[in-house]
Amino acid sequence: MDLNELQAKANEMRIDIVKSIAEAGSGHPGGSLSCADILAALYFGGVLDHDPHNPTWKERDRFILAKGHAAPALYAALAHAGYFPTAELLTLRTWGSRLQGHPDCRLLPGVEVSTGSLGQGLSIAAGLACGLRISGGDQRVFALLGDGECEEGQVWEAAMFAAHKKCGSLVAIVDSNQLQIDGNVADVVQTGTLAEKFAAFGWQVKEVDGHDMADLVDVLGACKSAGGDKPHAVIAHTVKGKGVGFMENKVAWHGKAPNLEEFAFAMADLGAEGGC
Amino acid sequence: MVRFATPQEQATRKATRAALGETLIELHEEGVPVVAVDADLAGSTTLGKFGSAYPDRFFNAGIAEQNMMDVAAGLALAGNVAFTGSFAVFGTGRAYDQIRNTVAYSGLDVKICPTHAGVSVGPDGGSHQMLEDVALMRVIPGVTVLVPADYAAAKAAIRLAAETPGPVYVRMGRADVPMVYGAGVELQVGRAYVLREGTDVTIVANGVEIREALIAADRLAEEGVSAEVVDAFCVKPLDVDTIVGSIAKTGRAVVCEEHSVIGGLCSAVTEALAEHHPAPCSFVAMRDCFGKSGSFEELMEHFGLNSDAIVEHVKKITA
Repeated sequence: MDLNELQAKANEMRIDIVKSIAEAGSGHPGGSLSCADILAALYFGGVLDHDPHNPTWKERDRFILAKGHAAPALYAALAHAGYFPTAELLTLRTWGSRLQGHPDCRLLPGVEVSTGSLGQGLSIAAGLACGLRISGGDQRVFALLGDGECEEGQVWEAAMFAAHKKCGSLVAIVDSNQLQIDGNVADVVQTGTLAEKFAAFGWQVKEVDGHDMADLVDVLGACKSAGGDKPHAVIAHTVKGKGVGFMENKVAWHGKAPNLEEFAFAMADLGAEGGC
Repeated sequence: MVRFATPQEQATRKATRAALGETLIELHEEGVPVVAVDADLAGSTTLGKFGSAYPDRFFNAGIAEQNMMDVAAGLALAGNVAFTGSFAVFGTGRAYDQIRNTVAYSGLDVKICPTHAGVSVGPDGGSHQMLEDVALMRVIPGVTVLVPADYAAAKAAIRLAAETPGPVYVRMGRADVPMVYGAGVELQVGRAYVLREGTDVTIVANGVEIREALIAADRLAEEGVSAEVVDAFCVKPLDVDTIVGSIAKTGRAVVCEEHSVIGGLCSAVTEALAEHHPAPCSFVAMRDCFGKSGSFEELMEHFGLNSDAIVEHVKKITA
């Protein structure tokens, strides 16, 4: 896809994120919207090697949504990629759905591992990178973390481990939207400058505007093709709720669904045709 | 057929933990894609033996049990059968959320095999004597729980862990214990084994309590009490037919485990009895308390876990 198409795809994903959460009546719009561009770049920008028709293809790159509450964004990416019908997105969080509140790998193709308990994804990704290396593969492993998630001590256990084990095929992306459920990350427990922290742990670090599609494709693509022993960290500076004006930078939209009126405003912001 | 230890084997004392590293080496040489992750205790758990033999398949996570567990999850996702080590107190307790939410919820081939469970870690004291691990593992959906009695049974349990899909917990100890089973014994998941037949009472036990139960049964026989001894080495899934069948025959049970009376084998057996055949029970187990420093034997005596305690419980319940 070219840049315009990628941006359009990200916008379609945002519409589906908001629709599915509105239909469900619950969910996490803020952190799903903040990472929509990152996921669009990964799945549609030629970064991830994957095959929606063969989700367990051995040579695929792996993606782990460490911040599992952004499930609606992952589901939108997977549906648009063809892992399952986009119509199924409207079953989010409902009885009998494969689209659980947080990703369940035993139900939904394309989900590599079940996530939802924060702090674990980077360790899983590091283990996966080590495991693929044993088998002689050169697949890449991407993990998407939240900045609030970096308050979990296990993230730093994994950071130490991955550098020590020379996991050069591992890419950690931090969706740094500056907010967590109880408020500003800076006010809850300041995580400091994540770029410096990862660098101090021995990682190759890049910072990127998490909503600049050209930058995202460049930086993530470079991580994918880079050689070397150092794991890669990409600090993506993002806006929580990005694309829906009244949700942007508002902690209140971390974990609640829009009502009908708000939904109409959101669809208008995203330029959706036909509403609900 | 279950093979029991020869007199010569019975004279050999060996810790269950000694089975871990060497069985993984055997499994790897048989073509099982084994990997192992430890947390700075590879010498103690014996996973270091496997690491020395196959360094590219062994990962030391350092003193970081949560990372250890999820690295194992990732290794399993890449198609490996991933074993984890550490001591039982850290390898289950410190990594509980990782086991619950990643390993078990995703149904991964991670085999949780910490050592130094129960009071066998003796002098290290209560902080290190894990007496709640069976409860913690048993309550998680889809986790198979094995508590082998001796070195031979531990080897069998590790082999079962490798061939059983999904997460398996194998509980191992530090104390050298005499062999009950013969070398090369093969056990099955979901099976309990009647080690001695009797008519007056059923002693259901596992782990180091098996040896104590057999000694108790010998002494009781001298006093005219006929005790049936059942090895419930597989706590989950529990062999309800064998265990409840035995208790239905004898009419009463003494359940013995080197673990809290809450949540482990005592709970599993009484849950089965309550549902299928209510019967009087008595428990030889830790009574909702922490351990303390001492020798293994001192602790077994102090906390009422040895053969003397079993004899007393049997006498009371058969009186």
